[in-house]
Amino acid sequence: MGARRITRRTVLKIGAAAAVAPLVHVRRAGAAGKLSVGFWDHWVPQGNDVMRKQIQAWADQNKVELQADFITSNGNKLQLTKAAEAQAGAGHDFIAFSTWEVHQYAERLEPVDDVMRRLTTKYGRANEVCEYLGKIRGHWMAVPTSSGTQNKGPCGRISVLREKAGLDVVKMYPATESTAPQGQDWTWDAHLRAATACHKAAMPFGIGLGTTTDSVDTAGALFAAYGAELVDANGDIKVKSEEVHRVLEFGQKLVKVLPPDAPAYDDASNNRALISGKSALIWNPPSAWAVAKRDAPEVAADCWTFSPPAGPKGRFTPYLPYFWGIWSFSKNKAAAKDLIEYLLQRPLVEARCSVVEGYDIPPFISMLDFKVWAQAGPPPGTLYNYPIRLSHHARPHITASESPPEMAVQIYSRGTHPTMLAKLMSGQTIEQVIAWAQTELEGFRR
Amino acid sequence: MAHQRSVSAPLSIQGRSLAHRVAGVRKFAQRRSTVAFLMSLPLITLIGGLMVYPAFYAIYLSMLNRRMTAFVGLDNFYFLLRRPTFQMVIFQSCLFAVTAVVSKAVLGFTIAHLMHGIGGRHQRILRGLLLVPWVVPLALSTLTWWWLFEPSYSAFNWVLTQVGLRSVPWLGEGWIARFCTIAVNVWYGTPFFMVMYLAALKSVPEQLYEAASVDGAGGGQKLLYVTLPMLRNIIAITMLFSLIVTFADFDIVRILTSGGPQDMTHVFATYAFQVGIQSGDVPLGAGVSLFMLPILAVAAFVILRGVSRRTREIAA
Repeated sequence: MGARRITRRTVLKIGAAAAVAPLVHVRRAGAAGKLSVGFWDHWVPQGNDVMRKQIQAWADQNKVELQADFITSNGNKLQLTKAAEAQAGAGHDFIAFSTWEVHQYAERLEPVDDVMRRLTTKYGRANEVCEYLGKIRGHWMAVPTSSGTQNKGPCGRISVLREKAGLDVVKMYPATESTAPQGQDWTWDAHLRAATACHKAAMPFGIGLGTTTDSVDTAGALFAAYGAELVDANGDIKVKSEEVHRVLEFGQKLVKVLPPDAPAYDDASNNRALISGKSALIWNPPSAWAVAKRDAPEVAADCWTFSPPAGPKGRFTPYLPYFWGIWSFSKNKAAAKDLIEYLLQRPLVEARCSVVEGYDIPPFISMLDFKVWAQAGPPPGTLYNYPIRLSHHARPHITASESPPEMAVQIYSRGTHPTMLAKLMSGQTIEQVIAWAQTELEGFRR
Repeated sequence: MAHQRSVSAPLSIQGRSLAHRVAGVRKFAQRRSTVAFLMSLPLITLIGGLMVYPAFYAIYLSMLNRRMTAFVGLDNFYFLLRRPTFQMVIFQSCLFAVTAVVSKAVLGFTIAHLMHGIGGRHQRILRGLLLVPWVVPLALSTLTWWWLFEPSYSAFNWVLTQVGLRSVPWLGEGWIARFCTIAVNVWYGTPFFMVMYLAALKSVPEQLYEAASVDGAGGGQKLLYVTLPMLRNIIAITMLFSLIVTFADFDIVRILTSGGPQDMTHVFATYAFQVGIQSGDVPLGAGVSLFMLPILAVAAFVILRGVSRRTREIAA
């Protein structure tokens, strides 16, 4: 057996093959790295499914190995996950943040001005609440998203409000495009009159005075409508103002017609009050209506979502946005930014919004015309006025946003506004309530 | 031969040294304290990792500013003590723990005493049934209680309205809500006391009761001068144990009221969670949670000192 000779031709072949080899690259899944994402677990299961499909399409296209976790906000699990990841400096590449958490973790987040620049160029500006919560010292620290973002205007029983309170909410806020101002007579005084009438008819308005978000958001919208700031933009306590006194005078009348258990309400109590047929009106996103559609169809068919009442300083719609923020310790920031930008393209946002029956409100004003809100029912058009329409003359609002965020987050999470009303309900005087709030707010200046 | 000797000598030295070492290790391993230490090492590691380290880390956190960027010493504690809301939390925590523990002890003792008088099979059945509240996971049973109390579907209110009475805002009015949280804790914890006291009652020598009867003692006197003195140590230890657990309670208040209405049911753990996690002030939250430490340390010192004293008296 003779040894194989190495010829000049063989050497040339090997040389050519070696030169070409780097040019031939077999791409595999994960070629562009790994990405781990923590999404908010949508209460509508299909909401997670559509998200999963969208991100998988992106991962396949970009050859990224993607790990997506859908983390529930029940029991503050999402909140605790972020607290742990921030402490450990490890975890997901990007994760869902709600309302004040962007400020809370700002120092551990990667600025996303470039993503926001491209998105706003394409879709116009995000609303003012998103800007207040997501932009810190002139830089976007997280991208406002539609997933989980909600408005919390009134959702009332059409027949009960018509028969007991003489309010035709369908006529006030029809499911048709209009440029003329709507709900001119829909003021907080009208709200009080209707609440009183429904209370007499044993169908009280299911407005909570607890410290969870629904209670805080409703009370915040009331205070804002009266221009009653607890703390101003400079961090000065303004609780002894004329406006605060006025709103508390109004509050004294309102609490008398709320359910006696209102101070014990959590974010599900108002839903149950509506679905059980014991309440004429609640302030909530369409989740209550959607559950009623399944569990109490006759109640759902009688529900209408509309704009909040106006006060002396305007009309404010409670708005709770979610954000996607990239941790500064993320190993794949470029891919994270790319995925976030991809998920906020209009067709994808609309697809997700439609699947969850319009629950998710997009952050960009130009996207508030999705068809789902006109089509959802029964009754047809029940959610038409869920997003803020131009004709509403309303502004999105988050409680305490007139204050610096580091104080506002404490006012919000401690539920200072609804607690003031709860104290009125327990029989305290306006002066006592103001004195309590003054002491409480001084503690937030730490 | 000479060659053989020169090789075997170092080998035998090596062998002796190895045997010596093996014997040493065996002797070391045979010492009971060493074996006990080695066997408990996994648990010590676990306690160190999951309890000691977090405790010291919490102390460290409680001395930082809100942004966790600067050391502020005891400022957080000083700040907390001046806050009326926190003063109310201290009051509420003490009220919750003391009322619940005393109620559980009294009820547990009464039930145990009654059970002690019931014979054989019947006692076993009753004991099993009475243990159910303690066996069911607390979060689950508290959720059931919450359904009984909650505004829209309250079963209690349904019964009240059926008999023509007015509904009660169980969780909506401060003192009623306080009562509800304590009542649920008592419901959950009483079986533990009952079992401990029942076991202790069985260990009281029957001769003592016979001697007391001979001396003409009645039921009440036997209870006061025989049963209670014999059970003093177990009563003290169960109360200390329960005090620690009740002070640190989170589930019941969190599920039933989340600290409301108007912060009137907050205990240290729920308030620490609200301040630390929900309001984003981790150092202050750590400070709140550490307030339990001195209170429990004083209680533990007093109770355990009494137990030691009585043990010495019995031994003497």
